[in-house]
Amino acid sequence: MAQMNIIQALNNALKTEMRLNDKIVVLGEDVGRLGGVFRVTVGLIDEFGTDRVIDTPLAEAGIIGSALGMALYGLRPVAEIQFADFIFPAFDQIVNEVAKYRYRSGGQYSCPMVIRTPYGGGIKGGHYHSQSPEAYFAHTAGLKIVIPSNPYDAKGLLIAAIRDNDPVIFFEPKRIYRASSGEVPDNDYVIPIGKANIVRKGKDVVLLAYGAMVPVAMSTAEKAAQEGIEIELIDIRTLVPLDVETIIESVKRIGKVIVVHEAPKTCGFGAELVAVINEHAFLYLEAPVMRVTGFDTPFPYSLEKYYLPDENRILYSVREVMSY
Amino acid sequence: MDMLRYMDDNGNIIRSPEPPIDNEILKKQYKIMLLCRLLDERMFKMQRQGRIGFYIASMGEEATYVGSVSALEERDWVFLCYREPGAAFWRGFSLNLYIAQMMGNAHDLCKGRQMPNHYASKKLKLSSISSPVGTQIPQAAGCAWAAKLSKSDEIALVYFGEGATSGGDFHTAMNFAGVFKLPVIFLCRNNQFAISVPVERQTAVMSISEKACAYGFEGRLVDGNDVLAVYDATKRAVEKARAGQGPTLIEALTYRRGAHSTSDDPRMYRKDEDVSPWIKRDPIARMKNYLINKNLLTNTENEELEKELNAAIVNTITEEEKTPMPIVDSLFDDVYAEILPHLSLQKEYIKKYIVSLQKNA
Repeated sequence: MAQMNIIQALNNALKTEMRLNDKIVVLGEDVGRLGGVFRVTVGLIDEFGTDRVIDTPLAEAGIIGSALGMALYGLRPVAEIQFADFIFPAFDQIVNEVAKYRYRSGGQYSCPMVIRTPYGGGIKGGHYHSQSPEAYFAHTAGLKIVIPSNPYDAKGLLIAAIRDNDPVIFFEPKRIYRASSGEVPDNDYVIPIGKANIVRKGKDVVLLAYGAMVPVAMSTAEKAAQEGIEIELIDIRTLVPLDVETIIESVKRIGKVIVVHEAPKTCGFGAELVAVINEHAFLYLEAPVMRVTGFDTPFPYSLEKYYLPDENRILYSVREVMSY
Repeated sequence: MDMLRYMDDNGNIIRSPEPPIDNEILKKQYKIMLLCRLLDERMFKMQRQGRIGFYIASMGEEATYVGSVSALEERDWVFLCYREPGAAFWRGFSLNLYIAQMMGNAHDLCKGRQMPNHYASKKLKLSSISSPVGTQIPQAAGCAWAAKLSKSDEIALVYFGEGATSGGDFHTAMNFAGVFKLPVIFLCRNNQFAISVPVERQTAVMSISEKACAYGFEGRLVDGNDVLAVYDATKRAVEKARAGQGPTLIEALTYRRGAHSTSDDPRMYRKDEDVSPWIKRDPIARMKNYLINKNLLTNTENEELEKELNAAIVNTITEEEKTPMPIVDSLFDDVYAEILPHLSLQKEYIKKYIVSLQKNA
């Protein structure tokens, strides 16, 4: 077993799967010779060649449109969108085509593919290297949305995403790409898509988080423990399909909930979580479900640290919910 | 600008030698074109009678798709726009399945999910049709790319109108195809109208075919109402693609004699006089004369054929109008490979709701 950070875990996942399945093709801008601007695809072109690791022209619509065509043929494309902020030229192909192809063909065709893309702020990237656009895609039937928070999960979830027969958008929390390392097994293990993970058991407040907010929520929990508040932290991991069972079991048991995400507040995925909790566990709530999120502004450059939820902001809401 | 033509407006050969086409293929080309014309007329009436919701005819454009699809082999891929019914029929898509899709009934392979003229057949390697213009173009390039990467000599043919050439998907697909020398044939049906917007508003160049040079490959302009010309240009492009020499853009110049769809009235933006010159260039009439001159068809045989096709159409409509609609449960299938928990809940909800409607009725 090796110590790997998220980048290394993802690289390992790709290598592992590409060795097992020669139908997997990696394509995107700078993924081949450079190994990706974040080095996630380093070494792949040397091992698997230029027919399986492809540097594409600068055109997200072309990347996703041709990946769709490859999937129809029977290949299994893993397309990279260099930053989630740049996914929008491909939005039509993703929402109108990839997401709907199986359904609209009556199940004749399928589009098994993974769209990998670094998302989120905290790297001084401003408006166009920090966005969290997961909500636009969670709202689109036909897509699965997966967001890992640590190296072990990153490898297992990416392998699961590649093996999934539905299109998966795999958002990678770039801020913590290299932040910490963890034990990552060498073999091709899978973490099931659609299962959340209770990262910390507690009894006073449930925190729901994903991606880079999970380590932030974890250190919030450690701080809260010093004030005698025991937080139960759930790492959602898959937004669609959501693990409602795990979330609701915790909510019913504890009764106070805070949702944390970087993405802007209005119609962010947190709104969906609040609605689901309302539907399944309203009578068990002791306080309104709170959201600690980014603001309804474009992602700022100089004032980034005020925009991103941090331990103190989450604690602020923890104390508020505890006052109920 | 050189436009490839083998026949004059009356179907007489003006360019020799004609492309070598088996007599059986010639007769099939004619039959399929005629089928499309008769079917369009009948489907248009059905829509006006309220028996189907919507329809897209292709009157006058029959040679653009029959000429081209007939140059492919069974193993090749066809990416459709939505105005090429004959491409589907040529490959073996049945009249039943076509009409079932127009009606969205339980026989429809697409399970009544899409509006008319949005069919799909994986078995026949016909793409699934969508409404957003041009999305199929990069998909076709990607499919051809996959064939090339898999060391197969399959090629992909993709149809689109001249309106699609204004969009980004056309550009990006042509670009990828040129850069990677993909075995894809871009077949532009320039029928000169995108609903009401004329081709002069889609491009500042004389011919769409000129655009290919920007992407590093050949573009050819052909008379889109001349089956032989469309066939010949496509055949050469197919051979070129199969030999690893990359893509071709073919512009089949034609004219949309009818409306964009049953929701459109062309009299709002053009005059009948504009259409008349193109009636003289009718692809089916030209081919009919060509076949008669070659002793492959007589007027009597033609009448018989029309009767036969009309009967098949009427019988199929009668059959398919008896077929029920898909069941409500099917609404939730095929969104994903396996139904997801939240969709199961939504399905339960709608079924409970329907039961309550029946109870309160």
